[in-house]
Amino acid sequence: MSDGHYSDGKYTGDEPRDQFPAAAEDSIVGAPGEAIIADEVSPFHALKDDDDIDVVAERKKMRSERRRLLWRSPGFLIGLFIVFLWILCGLLPDLIAPWGENEVVRLADGSTIPRQGPSGNAYFGTDGIGNDVYSRIIYGARPVLVVAPLAAALSVAGGTILGLVMGYYRGWVDEVLSRIVEAFLSIPVILLALMVIVVFGATNPIIIMTIAILFTPVVTRTIRSVVIAEAQLDYVTSAKLRGERGLFIMVREILPNVSAVLIVEFTVRVGYAIFTIATLAFFGLTAGDATAADWGKDIATNYRLIQSDQWWPSIFPALAIGSLVIGINLIADSLDKVAKA
Amino acid sequence: MLRFAVRRALLAIITLLILVAIIFMLTRVFPSDPARQLAGPFAPQERVDAIAAANGFNDPLTTQFGRLLKSVVTFDYGDSFSSPGESVISLVVPALKKSAQLVFFALFLTLPIAIIGGIIAARKKDTLLDRLIVTLGLASASIPEFVSGVLLQYILGVRLGWFPAISNVPDNAGILTTLDYLVLPALSILIVYFGYIARITRAGTIAALEADYTRTAFMKGLTTSQVMRKHVLRNSLQPTVAVTGTQIGYLFGGLVGLEIVFNYPGLGRLTFTAATKQDFPLLTACVITVAIIFMITTLLADLIIAWMNPRARLNLGE
Amino acid sequence: MTSTDSSPEADRGDPATAALAINDLELAYVVRGVPREVLRGVTFQIRPGEAFGLVGESGCGKSTSAYAALRYLPDNAVIQGGNILADGKDVTKMSMADLRKLRSSHASMVYQDPVQAMNPALRIGRQVEECFRIIGETKEQAKASARAALERVKIADPDRVLDRYPHQLSGGMLQRVVIAMALAGDPKLLVLDEPTTGLDATVEAEVLDLVRGLRAETNAAILLIAHNLGVIRTMCDRVGVMYAGRIVEEGNAQEVFEAPKHPYTMGLLNAIPRHGLRKTDRELFTIPGNLPQIGTPLPTCVYVDRCPLADDLCRNEVPPVVPINDTHWTRCHHLERVGEIKEPEPATTDFTVGSETVLQLAGVSKTFRQRGSDVPALVSVDLGFAEGETLGLVGESGSGKSTLAKTLLGIHPADEGGEITLDGREVKSSATDRRVESIRAMQMVFQNPDSALNRMWTVRRILKRSVTKLTEVKGKEADARVEELAKAMRLSPRHLDMRPRQLSGGLKQRVAIARAFAGDPRIVVCDEPTSALDVSVQAAILNLLAHLQNDERTSYLFITHDIGVVRYLADRIAVMYLGRIMELADTDDIFEGIHHPYTEALLSAVPSVDGEAEARIPLTGEIPSPANPPSGCVFHTRCHRAIEGLCEVTEPEMVEIGPRHSIKCHLTVEQLSQPVEIKGDQLATLAD
Repeated sequence: MSDGHYSDGKYTGDEPRDQFPAAAEDSIVGAPGEAIIADEVSPFHALKDDDDIDVVAERKKMRSERRRLLWRSPGFLIGLFIVFLWILCGLLPDLIAPWGENEVVRLADGSTIPRQGPSGNAYFGTDGIGNDVYSRIIYGARPVLVVAPLAAALSVAGGTILGLVMGYYRGWVDEVLSRIVEAFLSIPVILLALMVIVVFGATNPIIIMTIAILFTPVVTRTIRSVVIAEAQLDYVTSAKLRGERGLFIMVREILPNVSAVLIVEFTVRVGYAIFTIATLAFFGLTAGDATAADWGKDIATNYRLIQSDQWWPSIFPALAIGSLVIGINLIADSLDKVAKA
Repeated sequence: MLRFAVRRALLAIITLLILVAIIFMLTRVFPSDPARQLAGPFAPQERVDAIAAANGFNDPLTTQFGRLLKSVVTFDYGDSFSSPGESVISLVVPALKKSAQLVFFALFLTLPIAIIGGIIAARKKDTLLDRLIVTLGLASASIPEFVSGVLLQYILGVRLGWFPAISNVPDNAGILTTLDYLVLPALSILIVYFGYIARITRAGTIAALEADYTRTAFMKGLTTSQVMRKHVLRNSLQPTVAVTGTQIGYLFGGLVGLEIVFNYPGLGRLTFTAATKQDFPLLTACVITVAIIFMITTLLADLIIAWMNPRARLNLGE
Repeated sequence: MTSTDSSPEADRGDPATAALAINDLELAYVVRGVPREVLRGVTFQIRPGEAFGLVGESGCGKSTSAYAALRYLPDNAVIQGGNILADGKDVTKMSMADLRKLRSSHASMVYQDPVQAMNPALRIGRQVEECFRIIGETKEQAKASARAALERVKIADPDRVLDRYPHQLSGGMLQRVVIAMALAGDPKLLVLDEPTTGLDATVEAEVLDLVRGLRAETNAAILLIAHNLGVIRTMCDRVGVMYAGRIVEEGNAQEVFEAPKHPYTMGLLNAIPRHGLRKTDRELFTIPGNLPQIGTPLPTCVYVDRCPLADDLCRNEVPPVVPINDTHWTRCHHLERVGEIKEPEPATTDFTVGSETVLQLAGVSKTFRQRGSDVPALVSVDLGFAEGETLGLVGESGSGKSTLAKTLLGIHPADEGGEITLDGREVKSSATDRRVESIRAMQMVFQNPDSALNRMWTVRRILKRSVTKLTEVKGKEADARVEELAKAMRLSPRHLDMRPRQLSGGLKQRVAIARAFAGDPRIVVCDEPTSALDVSVQAAILNLLAHLQNDERTSYLFITHDIGVVRYLADRIAVMYLGRIMELADTDDIFEGIHHPYTEALLSAVPSVDGEAEARIPLTGEIPSPANPPSGCVFHTRCHRAIEGLCEVTEPEMVEIGPRHSIKCHLTVEQLSQPVEIKGDQLATLAD
């Protein structure tokens, strides 16, 4: 429950114990390429790697080290590849899909082929109406890729504001908001989302806002805990000692230091948002007209056909959802690793 | 320890109270006319008025909230809208039993595999095996329950025919038959939760393996297995317990899709029915039941952690 | 890598009978496939019953050597050459079973951080008993042995301690338990890795006393690793000085400390204030350059880049072992020239303290609310700072030093009733309510520069923000002021565009000091500004602080646990205990003549590099909790001079016992000047 931190004005137990330099030799400090600049220039000898370092080059080197770590991680590359493909589908479905999302597949002789398995005529088969499953999957990427990032961005924005205020000021505001956050966190998002969307109706703004609001508490908790850790650091004390206002300290001092967490959090939330949107669509709670391509809804329409061995109209959309979320989570995981490295 | 338990339970009750308030606002306050919503857009006004009167929608909000709180405490949510004549509770209890069966079975399958997987990954940190377990966990946790449900239903149920593809357990089925029907939904749950639990176990075990007290244990001259058994696991499994506690609650969210796919008459499917039929008393009861389950499992998890690690008791009381 | 020449032959003895013999050990950590050398041919031996110390700054390989002795090394460590003989057997080639036997019954270890070294989830009893179970005792035997083991380390109430969890015990008590565990198998070799680092001086002294006593009792050989030269000096027979993975000088401890023969040893010893050195005497010696990063390839002499004597010979050839006498040798090409290394010139600045009072605290208290009860962390403190004066603040942890600093700065607003006046004008208790001029006038230098500098900001931004907030200067002028500041701190312009993590610890601390001085402060609080730094870096920072003060006429509140440092820098010293100032006097008066019994005990606890071992006055028990301070004089529970019937009843007033010298004690000057009788063994008791 409590994070073991104390707010200003409360007794902090012991003073910080007198500390000595820790013996650091069991860990090799500093990754290669992250040269630490030496203290003073020796009056006797010029130090190696010293004077000639171009400062700009040095900073570039550090950034490129992180980037290299990212680009060398196979998970990141695979995730990026998958997400890139789906974005391409979302942007240019007309160019990629052989048929329209509601277009019935017709052979050269004009005949339709409903409920046909994967073949050269329809790579992923056709559904009950005779639509091309492959094309519907490509068209289905767009709604997901618009709604999920928007919802995730809003939740991260909300969570950041709340987390900063709660983690920096603490006190009773934090206590009260923490309880509300806990309350939200004690119920699966999907149940509350179901409730809200049933009450307010399934339109895109409602779906986006619902997911954004329901994700905000999780983001808030994450950001709050890192902000609390940051606010304990002496640079914040130092800012107070030169008379900075709270807003400046939160936005200019602390926020940059939690930006890596924000990026990871955003990516993770996009993954969960897709997860949630697909599940809601499976329940029939989706925006757009009834015949529009939608992965979750298409599964809902067709999964009963599995019993009669017509697996393709539901399994392919299922794989689409799975691959996109896996792709995003692979990216999130790599970003997280690099941020913590 | 007792003081810790009491304080922790009090906090849970406060949280539940706030949650009830949130649900109340969602269903009674924000919708401008809940009675109209229930009656449908084309119902005559008299019917709307009747519904409003019958449900006390015209009473002051505080009275309505008091009534809801009373329902939560007495476990009496009145009659269901969608199944007239049946009390909400008579619908919830059997469904909850069904879901509980599934959840226990799923945990029974998931926990050993995930915990052992996590420990192995930690012990073999940075090897191929570790990366395999971690990536597998990440990927499997990314798939919504109903999606893995559909996939399993097709592959293991329809194609291979190993397990029943639909979990319509016969009324008088014995335990083995019941479990046979539950294998596929339980495996779907395993797919999602294996990742969470294996990864958290791995992280906890790595932290414990790198801790100074583990070094002390090795330096005493203990064998690796003694060190693991006596020193590492007791500390490393604490995050696993915490995550399992919260995830059991969240599992009930995933059950909605899963129970629809497998046509299993549990709490998830009941929630879905209540939502689609706008049966608010039933929906409220379902959601609050899940919240109470969450409170209980997280409370238990915290108590187990406090028992495992006396230092954790410091946070609350003691 | 570089080949080391034949191992030093001076006083070797027979490796087979040594408790530990390390021969030409070369060890590297493989990082991303590249081996990075950590030990470059380390050789030393410890005879049974002998105490051998390894000193050196961070990253020199002393801890790695210690862990190598028990072959507890990270997975990426590779032994590239040499061997380790313990009990006559080669540790590097042992089977796992033999290694376990070695650890359980031949060699054991005591660690730096006892709180982390104990398993938090298990009772002390179980953890101690385990050590005896390993060597084959039954459950009942182990239980009895555990109890006896705690008695052996002078724990007064072993049964209660055995029943507790680690978090319920203090660091000092836990270190005793760790020592008890280490002694379980009657080891021939005891390896102590920074055993008192992080403990208060008073607790440190007790632990060291204990180890000394046990050593006499067991005749175990001791390998002591410490960065604190005083600890090594007071504990060890022989000492090895390590630098960059190599022992550069070895010999009898007294000889090495009094007549060092390697330029590095000389630099190290000269960089710390010894023999009562004051800032008015001379500057501290600084070692140019920086510690080499771990694993960087170093040619030939490892010290060549920082050595004032280095020449082409040093760059081309590995220096040989040059014996000075039977036990003392150095690894230097230029033994005959070490006399050329001069101490810094006598100080020319006079460091005068002004007469005008800058800041005055009168009756300042700070009470925290904790779990519904009041915790007085600061009780009616009166203190004044003159212009250009350094006031040293010493005391054990928990004595309220940092609280005093933070209350003065307004980070924790003081309780009602007290008064803080700056240049004669009263200031508000909370920093947020203070006027701009008061904010500007008081700044702080923190202990840990990593925490004190925003790691996402460049040095330029950090300094410029302070310049614009703390002075009227804006725009281009501010940029100029930033560069001027950097120059004054001896930071080069290219450092300005770097972020803190690209700078070394010393440079970071310079940035932090520059920031504190951005707005011409009247008073700067220095909270342990050098305790996170290595000795050679510390000296340069202390010199900088001394000079800045003299130039800017700034007052310092200097908080430290390092008695040598405070003696060097401070004009006056305040001694704190449980939130009260117990003694306030000029620095010379604190170190000579009569003082408060607490000061007396505190000073006697400090292990001195100069080896002037005086009889130690032990402090009994642990520092009481500020939430529940003792009645009467708060120090009476631990005082060796307490008068029964008086001290536990009445709290003494602050009385002046000499010019500018006051103490809070009932005893008269005559009583205080009587020597005290020191009782025998002190037992460690539980705090409650």
